[in-house]
Amino acid sequence: MTFSPALEERFAQMLRAYPEGRQRSAVVPMLIYAQDEVGSITPELIEEVARRCGVDPLQVDEVVGYYSMLHRRPMGKYHVQVCTNISCMLVGGEQLYEHARKTLGIGHKEVTPDGRFSLEEVECMGACSWAPAVQINYDFHHFVTPEKLDQLIDSLRKAQ
Amino acid sequence: MPETVKLTIDGKAVEAEKGTLLIEAARAAGIEIPSFCYYEGLTLQAACRMCLVEVEKTPKLQVGCTLPVAEGMVVHTESAVVKQARKGMLEFLLTNHPLDCPVCDKGGECELQDMVFRYGAGESRFLERKVHVDEKQWSPVVFFDAPRCILCYRCVRICNEGMGVNALGVANRGVISEIVPNRHDHLECDECGACIDICPVGALTSGIYRYQTRPWEMRHVGTICTHCADGCRTTLGVRNGKIIRGNNRDRSGINGEFLCIKGRYAFDFVDHPERLQSPLMRCGEGFEPVSWSKAVETVAARFNEIKVRGGEFGVIGSNHTTNEENFFLAKMARQGLGTKNIDHHRTGDLAAFFDALAGRKDALASTQDLYLAKAVLIAGADLSQQHPLLAFQARANVRHHAAHIYTAAPGPVREDKYSFARAQNLEELRDKLAREENLVIVIGPLAEARRTIAFGDSLGVPVKYVCLVDYSNSRGAFDMGVVPRGGGKSLEQMLAAPDLGALWVVGANPLKNAELASRQAFVVVQDLFLTETARRADIVLPAASAYEKSGTVTNVCGEVQKLRPAVKVMGAKTDLEIFGLIAKEMGLHLGIPLPDKVFEEIRRTVRGYDVPLPVIETGGAAPTAPLNGRVEELPGAVRSAGDTLFTSGTLSRYSKILNSVMEAPGALYGGLAPGDGSR
Repeated sequence: MTFSPALEERFAQMLRAYPEGRQRSAVVPMLIYAQDEVGSITPELIEEVARRCGVDPLQVDEVVGYYSMLHRRPMGKYHVQVCTNISCMLVGGEQLYEHARKTLGIGHKEVTPDGRFSLEEVECMGACSWAPAVQINYDFHHFVTPEKLDQLIDSLRKAQ
Repeated sequence: MPETVKLTIDGKAVEAEKGTLLIEAARAAGIEIPSFCYYEGLTLQAACRMCLVEVEKTPKLQVGCTLPVAEGMVVHTESAVVKQARKGMLEFLLTNHPLDCPVCDKGGECELQDMVFRYGAGESRFLERKVHVDEKQWSPVVFFDAPRCILCYRCVRICNEGMGVNALGVANRGVISEIVPNRHDHLECDECGACIDICPVGALTSGIYRYQTRPWEMRHVGTICTHCADGCRTTLGVRNGKIIRGNNRDRSGINGEFLCIKGRYAFDFVDHPERLQSPLMRCGEGFEPVSWSKAVETVAARFNEIKVRGGEFGVIGSNHTTNEENFFLAKMARQGLGTKNIDHHRTGDLAAFFDALAGRKDALASTQDLYLAKAVLIAGADLSQQHPLLAFQARANVRHHAAHIYTAAPGPVREDKYSFARAQNLEELRDKLAREENLVIVIGPLAEARRTIAFGDSLGVPVKYVCLVDYSNSRGAFDMGVVPRGGGKSLEQMLAAPDLGALWVVGANPLKNAELASRQAFVVVQDLFLTETARRADIVLPAASAYEKSGTVTNVCGEVQKLRPAVKVMGAKTDLEIFGLIAKEMGLHLGIPLPDKVFEEIRRTVRGYDVPLPVIETGGAAPTAPLNGRVEELPGAVRSAGDTLFTSGTLSRYSKILNSVMEAPGALYGGLAPGDGSR
């Protein structure tokens, strides 16, 4: 399995960054970047990462099962992550999540039929000071209200 | 003298080496800190939180299994707050744990039961439904019952670190995390069962033992495994005259807890339906059962007759019978039958090995040496396949002492994974090896003994050697003189001799791939089964297996250990008893055929076997030192049977478990050994 030249370069750098014999440290970053390119964590990808990091596929599989941000199925083009952990919950995070469910018509880790949106209820993402927080792909959105979320989703729908 | 620190545990002044973990320091002082995940020899996990202790001047409870002792530390291991914490941990562990103790294999020897008995609460505050997952079968050996699992990771670590197989992992997180096998829904591994034995609860159970008995109904017999030459102690659980379980949880013996599939499970040949239980006499094309007295009379009469008319005898001994039996057989052949034609299937070139090392001290490595040496060179052997204990020792040496493992083999072997250097031939490794502080060289079937020893000697560092042989008493058979010394015929020469008068085969199957040239030869075979060789016999005598007899065996490293009989199989007699009966009937006076009496004679007369009796009697392994003198070259071939983890010569045919695992015949790791696979 090969990746784009940019990603290959990044992986090569990554493997060099860890001391000799500690290449297994690259498993998590390799998975997350590969997921962005491949779309999801496929069995083939697990084998490939295991091979590159010198570990058994089972050990990579353990990591995939452990981290909720690694997905075995493709998520939507825009992956909407709503925090319902304590700080966000106190200022309406749960209502925001319920609103997102209604607006998008999908539930936790589900994808809209057109594949454009997916939704995930997530734990703390370290944005407590700006709660309630929403993360769409890698972008943070602070002090989100249901109205603000609707605008966001609308703008993404139009973005193509 | 290592640096020590002084601390107080439960009011007791304790001194421990700096860096010692608190749980170990307490244990050494006779204070038990309970734990599930902590396991001596494996990496630290700190997952179970059972070993929480109170350390003064530390605000929170500390994890005893990862906390190094410090000067002036004051520890309380049984204070009210500690007890409360343990109770809480147990309540958590029991949230999804089913209450099926009455039918669980582990009931009665379960660590969770013991802990709950000591610290647990009578009731749980959890009202939620228990999460249930159905039991899974991962292989003929391994079954997994997820709800019973307490996620201590012991199985994962013993498989990854101890065995070097990496067949188990943990999937998911939180309440749905569970142990998973390496092939999605099944295991592809050594099938050694170490994960099952190490499991503190009944989450991993074995296909052989599960639902067979309650642990306390068994009698436990510590004896020596009868398969490969490593000489692992296996503790057989016996109920109603049947072996139900093999393990070595008490860590007695040179192997500690280690056993492979053969030591743990391949005792099942003992009650194989084809086991011979009556002497058989040739009757035309077939056999008819006869009484022991008739069979012994016939053998003695024919042997005497052949002896009187000056006929030639051939005697083939076994790789599995005891030292006493081998010694008595050799004596009977030479003194009783007057023949030098005695041999066995020689699987390692011990004659060259001993001769090359003649006169030296400290040249023979013990099993322990493979764990303690600074470096180990494995020459021409697939150690994990053929000598699982020695491989386990070398692996542990790497983990615990950062030892250097070198492999010199024509193909890939498992040791490559953690070896310091590997090469096709020894010379490539010379520079590195010469820089080691000391070295153990393992001489495998693909290495030439004399050349390898010459190479080792030329390195200029202290070297100890092991010459690999295949079976449980291959070494003993050689040491006891079941070899054609002084001009006798080798095994091959006996089979090829056109006018051989009698062939006496004890616990061997030489006619599996060979023909007996002599048509008129009177053939007597002592064996457990009607093998190819037994089918050619005139008289077949049903023999007892190693699990049914007393006596001693010598392992690959020359360590003598004692067998203890676990069961009796009706109709079968030990080979020593059979020799005694035939000798008596022939009118020979060769001494009393009792194991202890014969062993006394061995201690007096066999070189290197003047071993301390108390060591052997108490279940220890006594090293032999057979290096005081030259050893003559022997005619005939030396060939390893090329067994794998899942074959054991002819015996493996009669082990259901060895034949049922998908890995059989063990091609998983790249078949390196030559030979016929022995099936």
